[in-house]
Amino acid sequence: MILSILPISLQQGLAYALVALGIALAFRVLAFPDLTVDGSFPLGGAVAARLIFEGVDPSLAVVAAVMAGFLAGALTGLLNTRLKINSLLAGILMMTILYSVNLRIMGRANIQLLDRPTVFTFMENMDVVRYVPVITFFLLVTLVVKILLDLFLHTEYGMALRATGNNEDMIRSLGVNTDNATVFGLGLSNALVALSGALIAQDQGFSDVGMGIGMIVAGLASIIIGEAMLKPKTVFRLTLAAVIGSLLYRFIISLGLRLGLAPTDLKMATGFMVIIALGIPAFKKSREGKIHLRGV
Amino acid sequence: MTVTANMLSLKGIVKIFNAGTQDEKHALDGVDLDVSAGDFITIIGSNGAGKSTLLNVIAGTYTPDEGQVIIDGADLTRAPDYKMASYISRVFQSPTMGTAGDMTIEENLCMAELRGRVRSLKWGVTHQRRRHYREILKVLDLGLEDRLKQSVGLLSGGQRQSLTLLMATLTLPKLLLLDEHTAALDPRTAEKVITLTNQMVAENNITTLMVTHNMSQALQYGNRMIMLHQGGIQLDVQGAEKQGLTIQEVINQFGTTLKDETLLACRPEIP
Repeated sequence: MILSILPISLQQGLAYALVALGIALAFRVLAFPDLTVDGSFPLGGAVAARLIFEGVDPSLAVVAAVMAGFLAGALTGLLNTRLKINSLLAGILMMTILYSVNLRIMGRANIQLLDRPTVFTFMENMDVVRYVPVITFFLLVTLVVKILLDLFLHTEYGMALRATGNNEDMIRSLGVNTDNATVFGLGLSNALVALSGALIAQDQGFSDVGMGIGMIVAGLASIIIGEAMLKPKTVFRLTLAAVIGSLLYRFIISLGLRLGLAPTDLKMATGFMVIIALGIPAFKKSREGKIHLRGV
Repeated sequence: MTVTANMLSLKGIVKIFNAGTQDEKHALDGVDLDVSAGDFITIIGSNGAGKSTLLNVIAGTYTPDEGQVIIDGADLTRAPDYKMASYISRVFQSPTMGTAGDMTIEENLCMAELRGRVRSLKWGVTHQRRRHYREILKVLDLGLEDRLKQSVGLLSGGQRQSLTLLMATLTLPKLLLLDEHTAALDPRTAEKVITLTNQMVAENNITTLMVTHNMSQALQYGNRMIMLHQGGIQLDVQGAEKQGLTIQEVINQFGTTLKDETLLACRPEIP
């Protein structure tokens, strides 16, 4: 049974790892509890699906989706830094606005892509089970994004971004406009989330306006699971924890579904998972075991 | 006689908090101050005298309600705090304030080295920089040169403050602001850090303003001492006059206005 759910959990785990990486960047690196994700994920799907539907090249559609995601995240950052709107509220506002925006982009609640060329089309003609090239593809994309993110966070500007989340007053006094850093960081975070949305919509063959509901909680669950596996002492380990956490989370979910968990109860189960993980330290009253999600 | 240019000029600085309310407070009430390049000025004064407000106005954290802040000839009265970084280094009272605890020693040094400069997408801690950091950390004699990749959060308060001081002078500032930077340390560590401060300021001839609660520190270090009281400069001594001043004299003259920690801090020395 475990073997039979392995391909699907691998594929989903890797595809959604991009969301976990984006959330880790916002919550952990920038210490910004960004809720835009529930809107920027379907935004990526909507932009990609509409463009592909209109006959645009699928790769170009993905690029456009990533840019749209960056814009959405940057706008949340602007709401927070320029208009001084509370970070949680800024994300909720953007998420809500994006729901309408996504409907406008698609022109309806969902777009089917089954008869359209996607970035996965060439894989259908291969002489192997479909999930082999698809998993390979998502593995490559996720690894490349993880490594690029690791490298970026060690550059001069990347370090300033990390310091913005760690000690904002300090890095400001060293000459960094932390408002701009926050805007850029949130843009980057949501660009990754939108990338995931754009790819997943093409993989599953449709984009739906509701496909982002619960995305933050699922991403948080992934990060918490990953960080329980390996302590995120360095950037490398932080991003690795996000990827591994995403894989484990999707595996647990697939297992739960196979064991009879109703798909409709999925989000509730995920919510309970996060509550338990965040709540255990309060019961234990020990700082030692506390899973430290800075943005939470 | 050469005319030394002023590194810092404060002209008629007024800073009022809660203006127009019952709690209105004139934190700074028309402060004029000219600081020559290379001056090491100690600043004392009781709580609420305006010491921290003065540093915050100079550093751009607060914009003064009236007056001008001129650093090295540039009017920076309304410049935002992050733009002041190319002129000013600042060390705060709490050792946690000046460093990013979750980042490594070498990363903190690198961020400080780039103070006031454009941060690019170039690799941060290069081999060359790491070698340099290892060398300069030896000066501290705290063994930090072997802990470059450790988080700053693992360091003790004294180690962290020493590191902050090193970071503040890594790229030499036009102006170094020290805001009671030894007050949170135990006496022995505080002594070490103040000695290190004096050494660094002297070696690099950095124009420095040091706020302190410790009057013996204020008298022992620097070439000029300023006492603030109720938002104004009450005493301004320098050179030989400052060197000759004793704690007892200051207390005799101003004891009534220095009621709190300033006096407590120097109590052991009162005969």
